[in-house]
Amino acid sequence: MSTSPNISATGKVTGIIANLVIVRFEGAVSQNEVCFIQHEDTALMAEVIKVQKGLAYVQAFESTRGLKIGADVTFRGHMLEATLGPGILSRNYDGLMHDLDTMTGVFLKRGEYTDALDSERKWDFNPVAKEGDTVIAGDWLGEVRENAVLHRIMAPFQMNGKYTLKSLAKAGAYRVNDTIAVLTDSDGRDVDVTMVQKWPIKQAIRAYQEKPRPFRLLETGVRTMDTLNPIVEGGTGFIPGPFGSGKTVMQHAISRQAEADVVVVAACGERANEVVELFTEFPELDDPWTGRKLMERTVIIANTSNMPVAAREASVYTAMTISEYYRSMGLKVLMLADSTSRWAQALREMSNRLEELPGPDAFPMDLSAIISNFYARAGIVYLNNGKTGSITFIGTVSPAGGNLKEPVTESTRKAARCFYALSQQRADSKRYPAIDPIDSYSKYLEYPELQQALNEQIAPDWVDRVNELKNILIRGKEAAEQINILGDDGVSIDYHMTYWRSEICDAVILQQDAFDDVDARTPIKRQKYMLYKVLDICNTGFSFESYEEVNPYFKRIINQLRQMNYSEFESDKFQEFEAGLEEIISERKAG
Amino acid sequence: METQAFQRIYTKIEQLTKATCTVRATGVGNEELALVHGRLGQVVKIMEDEVTLQIFSGTEGIPTNAEVAFFGKPPTLQVGEALAGRFFNAYGQPIDGGPEVEGEEREIGGPSVNPVRRRQPSELITTGIAGIDLNNTLVTGQKIPFFADPDQPFNQVMAMVALRGQADKIILGGMGLTNDDYLFFKQVFENAGALHRIISFVNTTENPPVERLLVPDMALTAAEYFAVDKQEKVLVLLTDMTLYADALSIVSNRMDQIPSKDSMPGSLYSDLARLYEKAVQFDHGGSITIIAVTTLSGGDITHAIPDNTGYITEGQLFLRRDTEIGKVIVDPFRSLSRLKQLVIGKKTRPDHPQVMNAAVRLYADAANARTKLENGFDLTDYDERTLEFAREYSGRLLAIDVNIDTEEMLNVGWELFSKHFSKEEVAIRKDFVDKYWVE
Ligand SMILES: Nc1ncnc2c1ncn2[C@@H]1O[C@H](COP(=O)(O)OP(=O)(O)O)[C@@H](O)[C@H]1O
Ligand SMILES: [Mg+2]
Repeated sequence: MSTSPNISATGKVTGIIANLVIVRFEGAVSQNEVCFIQHEDTALMAEVIKVQKGLAYVQAFESTRGLKIGADVTFRGHMLEATLGPGILSRNYDGLMHDLDTMTGVFLKRGEYTDALDSERKWDFNPVAKEGDTVIAGDWLGEVRENAVLHRIMAPFQMNGKYTLKSLAKAGAYRVNDTIAVLTDSDGRDVDVTMVQKWPIKQAIRAYQEKPRPFRLLETGVRTMDTLNPIVEGGTGFIPGPFGSGKTVMQHAISRQAEADVVVVAACGERANEVVELFTEFPELDDPWTGRKLMERTVIIANTSNMPVAAREASVYTAMTISEYYRSMGLKVLMLADSTSRWAQALREMSNRLEELPGPDAFPMDLSAIISNFYARAGIVYLNNGKTGSITFIGTVSPAGGNLKEPVTESTRKAARCFYALSQQRADSKRYPAIDPIDSYSKYLEYPELQQALNEQIAPDWVDRVNELKNILIRGKEAAEQINILGDDGVSIDYHMTYWRSEICDAVILQQDAFDDVDARTPIKRQKYMLYKVLDICNTGFSFESYEEVNPYFKRIINQLRQMNYSEFESDKFQEFEAGLEEIISERKAG
Repeated sequence: METQAFQRIYTKIEQLTKATCTVRATGVGNEELALVHGRLGQVVKIMEDEVTLQIFSGTEGIPTNAEVAFFGKPPTLQVGEALAGRFFNAYGQPIDGGPEVEGEEREIGGPSVNPVRRRQPSELITTGIAGIDLNNTLVTGQKIPFFADPDQPFNQVMAMVALRGQADKIILGGMGLTNDDYLFFKQVFENAGALHRIISFVNTTENPPVERLLVPDMALTAAEYFAVDKQEKVLVLLTDMTLYADALSIVSNRMDQIPSKDSMPGSLYSDLARLYEKAVQFDHGGSITIIAVTTLSGGDITHAIPDNTGYITEGQLFLRRDTEIGKVIVDPFRSLSRLKQLVIGKKTRPDHPQVMNAAVRLYADAANARTKLENGFDLTDYDERTLEFAREYSGRLLAIDVNIDTEEMLNVGWELFSKHFSKEEVAIRKDFVDKYWVE
C-alpha cells in the first residue's frame, strides 16, 4: 500500500539474524511501528518488536537474503493496519492483507505489496443517516450492497467523542476513496470520511455498547457439534488434535455449512494445497443458507507454512480485524483459524531470536495472555443502534506429539469455551469426525439462556435428550472396558447391550462423512429426527438368547440407520430404509 | 570452486566453533556464500562488521588467519536440460566424472509459489502397490514421507514407486545415504533404463553432515526448473529427512539457539515446511511431487522430527512387518494420504472409497480379535472370520510386493468381503453391494 509515505524516523541496518533486523535510528519510533528496509530496489516491510539501547529490533515480513549492513530504513509512524471498506468479501489476501490475485508472477516477489481494495470500482451508495445527526465511532452513515450483505459505511472507529454530520453524499455510484461524508468535531474541525478506513490490527475495534453472554445456537450441520456440544453465535471454540485427526476437514466443513453472513478463514502456517482447495471449490459451491456461491460470503487470509513467518502472526490479527469490521455492520461473522499453534510458534521463533527468557517449551512467557486477549475479541455485541452483530471464533491447535498438556493447548483451554478434542484412536479407526464425545465439551450448554433457546427452537425436552445421549455414550464406554477386562462371556448380556447402544449413537449421530454430499451436512431438523429415532431404539428392550447374537443384530440396525444418513431426508429411499429398520427392530422387540 | 579476482578477501577470524566461524568483514550480504580456508560456508548472522558463517564441512583445522573470500551471492545451481542423467554432490558439483553443467545460474531456496497460482492436485499416481493405490492414493503435486524404522526397505519401496510413477524427471536428494544405498539407487535406475531422466544430489555418510543442508534445496531448484520452465512432471525423492533435521540441530546448537523439543531448533516446522511446500501442481501440467523418508527411532512418531513432518506433509506411509504373513506391508492404520479424496471414486471406480474404508474397518476388528486372543479370551465366530480375512487382506493387498492395478485391487476386496462376511457386516452402500457382491 504505497500511499505517500509518511516518514516519522529513519535509520540504518546494523545487524541481521534471519528475519530479525537491528536498526540504529534517529528520531522517535514506537513499539509495533511499521518500517521499510531498503534492499537494492525493493523496500521490505517490517515491524518494530523491541527497542533497546537506542536500537530498534524489527522483524522483517520477508526473507532478508542479500541484505547488508548500512541499508536504509524508514519508519512510517503507524502500526500494522488493515484496510477496511467495500470489496473485501471474496478476496484472497496474504497475512498483511495484500491481494494475492493482483500480484504478478508465479512466485511471490519480495516487496510486492498489492492494494487490499479495488480503488477504481464504483459502488452504489445509499445514505442512511441525516445531515445534522450526532454520530460517534461506528455509527452507520450509509450502505452499499456487497454480494449478499448490506455493507454499512461507518463513522471511522478512530473517532473520539461526538461529531456532527455536516454533509452526506446523495445516493449514487462512488469509488471507495471518494469523500461520502464530512463530520465536524466538538471544536468545529471538519473530518472527511470515505468508504475506507484503516485500523491497527492488534487492537480490538470497540465500537459497540455491550457484549452480552451468547444465547443463540450457531448451526453448523456437524452433528457432534450442534447436537452434542453446540457452538453459539458469538462463541469461542477450539479443536486440538494430532496431525491427521481431522482438524482441517472439520473447519472446512464448518466454513461451508455454518449459518453465517460472513466467513473469515485464516490459513495460518498450514498447507498451501488446503487453501487451494478453498480457492477452487468455494466459487463453485452453494451457500446452503442463501443459495449464492460460498465465495461470496468468504474472505481468505492465507499465510501458508512456506510464507514469511513473521506475517503468520499478523495473519490472525488481520482476520480478526476484518471480522470485527463486519460485525460492526450487524452481521453474523464466523472466523476460523487453522492453526493457532503455528502463530504461537512464530512468536516462539522470534522470542528465541531476541534471546528473551523462555517459558515452557521455549514459548514466550506471555503466551497465555496473548491467546486470551485474542479470543476475547470474539463475541456477540449490541451495537450503538441496538442491533446485534457477532463473531464466532473457532481455532485449531496442533499440539506437539499430540500431547494436550503443552502450552498452546493449555492456554487455549483457558480462553475458549468449547473444546472439541480430536482423538488419535478414533481417527485411526476412521471414526470421523474423530471428536472424542466424552472429553469434549461446550460450556454454553450449561447457560440457562441457551438451554431455553434450544428448547424453544428445537423441542421442549431437547437439552434433556442431549444429556441422555451423553449418558448412553459414557455407560457404553464403561461397558466396553468391563468386556475388555472380563471377556465377552465374563459379563452379562446387559453389558453387551449397553455397549451396542452407545455404538449406535456413535455410528449414527457422531460419525459423519464429510465427503458425502448428503451426510456432510445435517440441518437441525434432521438432527432432531435422528436423535429421537436413535434414543427410541436405545430405550427399546430386546431379547437375546446369548451374547453372540447381540453384535450381528445391532450391526444390522446400524447399517440400516447409516443408509438413512446417506439418503436425502424424508425421501422415498430414506423411508424405505426406515421401514426396513422397523422390521429389524420388531424381530427382537421384547414384550 | 576457485577464488576469483573480484572477490573480497578477509583474514581476521575472531571466533571458531565446530560448525561456524566469525570474521570481521564489510559489505557482506545475508546468506552469502564464502570460501573459508578452501571450504564453503554461508553467512548466517551479521552484527556490524562481525560476520558469522556456517562452514558446511566443519571447522577442523581452520586457523584464525585463514583466508575468507566472499562470493557476493547465495548458493546457486546452474540449471538446464543437461542436468538430466547426472550425479552431483551437495554443492551441485558433478561426482560422475562428467563436465560441469552449463546453464542459467539460479539461487537455491528461492521464493514460494503464490498460492493462487497453484492448481488443485487431481492427477493420480499409480504404483501397483495396493497399500498405496487402494488405501492411500497419491496424486501429483503431493508431498508425503515414508515413516519407517531404519531397518525397513524404504529406499527399495521408494525406488519402485519412483519408477512406476511415470514422472518425466526423478530427482534424488540423498542425505547421509550410505554408499551402498547410493549405489543401489544408481543400479536400480540404470537397470530400469531410466538414468536419462534421473538427477541426483547426494551427500553420503562419508561426507560432512552439515553439507546435507544444501541437498534438498539443490534438488528442489532443479525440480522447479523442470516443472516451471519445462512444464514437466517431476518426482523428488528425499531420503533421509531425519538426517537433514539432525544437521539443522547441529548448526542451531552451535549458534547457541534455545532448543525446543528433542533438541531440535524452534524453527524446525518452518524449516521443513519451506522444503515440503515446494510440492506443487501448476495449471500447465507441470508439477513437483515429493516423496520423502523420515526414519523413526523405535517407531516413535511423537519425536519432534516425524511430528513436525506429519503436520506439514499430506499424509504419511507407514511400513511395518506383518508377522502373520512374514512380509512388509503398508500399515493401513497409521498411513494416510490426505489428497486421496481428490481422486478416489472420481478418477477410480466409484466404489473405491467405500471398499477402502470397509476393509480397513474389518482389519481393525481383526486387530481387536487378536488382542482378545492374546489376553486369553475365547473368540466369537465373527472374530475368527475377521482373522482369516486379515491374513488374506494383508497378503493379497497390503504387502509391498503386490503389483496389480486399482480395478483388480477393488475386485480382490469384494472377493474377500463376500468370502468372509455377510452384507450387513460389511455395511457398504446398497447400490455398490448389489453391483459387486460375489454371490
Ligand atoms: N469427517 C471426515 N470424514 C471423512 N474423512 C475424514 C474426516 N475428517 C478427516 N478425515 C480424513 O482424515 C484426513 C486428515 O484430516 P485433516 O483434517 O487434514 O487432519 P488435520 O488437519 O488434523 O491434520 C483427511 O484427509 C481425511 O482423509
Ligand atoms: Mg490440518
